[in-house]
Amino acid sequence: MSEPKTIYDKIWESHLVYEDNNDCLLYIDRHLIHEVTSPQAFEGLRMSNRSVRKPLNALAVADHNIPTTDRSKGIGDQESELQIQTLEDNCNEFGIQYIKTSDKRQGIVHIIGPEQGFTLPGLTIVCGDSHTSTHGAFGALAHGIGTSEVEHVLATQTLIQKKAKNFKVTINGECNENVTAKDLALSVIGAIGTAGGTGYVIEYTGEAVRSLSIEGRMTLCNLTIEAGARAGLIAPDEKTFKYLKDRPMAPKGEDWDRAVDYWKTLPSDEGAKYDKSIEIDATNLSPLVTWGTSPEDVISIDGNIPKLEDIEDDSKRSAVKRSLDYMDLIPGSPIKGVEIDRVFIGSCTNGRIEDLREAASIVEGKKVSSNVIAMVVPGSGLVKEQAEKEGLDKIFLNAGFEWREPGCSMCLAMNADKLSPKERCASTSNRNFEGRQGREGRTHLVSPSMAAAAAIRGCLTDVRELTN
Amino acid sequence: MEKFTSIKGIAATMLNKSGNQLSLMMNIDTDMIIPKQFLKTIKRSGLGKNLFDEMRYDMNGNEIESFILNKDPFTKAKILIAGKNFGCGSSREHAPWSILDFGIKVIIAPSFADIFFNNCFKNGILPIKLSEDKINLLVDDSMKGIEFEVNLIDQLIIIKDKDLPFDVDAINKDCLVKGLDDIGSTLERSSFIDEYEKITLDNFAWRSPVKD
Repeated sequence: MSEPKTIYDKIWESHLVYEDNNDCLLYIDRHLIHEVTSPQAFEGLRMSNRSVRKPLNALAVADHNIPTTDRSKGIGDQESELQIQTLEDNCNEFGIQYIKTSDKRQGIVHIIGPEQGFTLPGLTIVCGDSHTSTHGAFGALAHGIGTSEVEHVLATQTLIQKKAKNFKVTINGECNENVTAKDLALSVIGAIGTAGGTGYVIEYTGEAVRSLSIEGRMTLCNLTIEAGARAGLIAPDEKTFKYLKDRPMAPKGEDWDRAVDYWKTLPSDEGAKYDKSIEIDATNLSPLVTWGTSPEDVISIDGNIPKLEDIEDDSKRSAVKRSLDYMDLIPGSPIKGVEIDRVFIGSCTNGRIEDLREAASIVEGKKVSSNVIAMVVPGSGLVKEQAEKEGLDKIFLNAGFEWREPGCSMCLAMNADKLSPKERCASTSNRNFEGRQGREGRTHLVSPSMAAAAAIRGCLTDVRELTN
Repeated sequence: MEKFTSIKGIAATMLNKSGNQLSLMMNIDTDMIIPKQFLKTIKRSGLGKNLFDEMRYDMNGNEIESFILNKDPFTKAKILIAGKNFGCGSSREHAPWSILDFGIKVIIAPSFADIFFNNCFKNGILPIKLSEDKINLLVDDSMKGIEFEVNLIDQLIIIKDKDLPFDVDAINKDCLVKGLDDIGSTLERSSFIDEYEKITLDNFAWRSPVKD
């Protein structure tokens, strides 16, 4: 009998085109493309007179730059417009399917891949975006790449890779009410640090992971990159198959049946070896919030901001000092009650229908605090449509939220949606880096329900106070 | 890609201050390296002037004097020294493009984020992993503006009369030294890709995308 394998080992081996010691060529099944990291790759192809090997294996959409206000009047910003037009022109020239900005399927690349059934278990999926790890929720090996590699995949449908190590993260127990996939992800990042997963592919297992919906699993895998691992994986199960069945680009008929049979062989074998393992208990977890400028700077909403004198490591202490100065927070003080100016609900981390339902359930019948500007940016046109069908838009609008068009929006603030200097935001996005949501803007990462609670109270709030 | 064998130049160190203590700045992320407003370009070149933009310029676009890369002789730095987890965050290759366009060809740090590390080699930048203790031996000389030599062939950092060896993966070294084009070398193996597609995709029809 062959050695027991992890799901990562299995996908890796089934995609090896060539192997010579450490020099491996990995086949890439799916390539997602957006406007920011692709123009130089297409330009490179043109300059070398190269073609796209498998145009049908790519899917393109504009998301980073796009305005989230009424788009019928055009993009507005000239540079953004040129970048988006360049994407469309490149797709036309090379025969790649492009979802237009006017198409109701348009949205954040990591939300539309799964929605369209372009994302499937057992595949290798890449995109010039670090949050490609999202697709690992389906049991696919999915990771971000740079523009040179975008060009490499376009030209060859492969990547030169070195095998990563296996890291098993087991999350045991059952989450309390109002503790979400976002909190699980932040707790993992808090536990291992933003470089804890460097060089590894993380596989998430355990009762709390199995219990997550597919949307929740996407949130968890999405944030894997913030723990330093390029890819996160969750073995596919009946929930995965149910989510994907009959999606427009998923296999049909006999192909579907064969695919499901194959997908059932993917979960890691009993006794498979991991290079590193940790266990986390979800049972006593509270909703979490970040206080600093790294996603590892995480505490319970009922916790206190760290004191400098408690930090032994010199580099860490000076980093914390810099963070707290930037965030304008008092060491040792409670995080709860810190006043905020803005709330952002959306992004590839938390812009799916379930996230909007979660936030709406907190907001319903209440009003956004008068000191807060709050916005909801659905992850895709289809998420927006579904939310409107369920009346969630009315709940948000009646409470005083803005209800926007889909896109990456204030997660990275490449379009007009950004924080002004010193503004403080409760955000469902993925990075609280300095300047991430706008120069000198201050970001606190939270779950959708926590963001909703902050919008209502006007300060960082324990969502459980609004539900109990 | 330009071949990389050896370079000589000034090394700039990114430091954080807490009280009187200076320490290597850790977790320098890609948003710090090149903020998003500069990602709207459709070209690779010209990003050097915006490297570390929000640390380097004030709100009015004036240079912040205290920032290391605004100070002579570090305005001409070819080597950057920093703390652990350098390049964390997004996959934007604009980060190495801006570093290279500024003139920096070597980054020395205790650890690097995976995607950034990989992106460096694709652009002729050498990222060197050294322990924090070893890096601390370099900081004084770097602050004095003493010239460093980084010799990739011999895998040595040479400062005055001392030298410090470093490790580099053999394949990555080869790519830099020869200035190889990855795509060109992969295309030379396209018969392997043809064969893989023929065998695998015939057996796994579901793996090919369904045209919507």
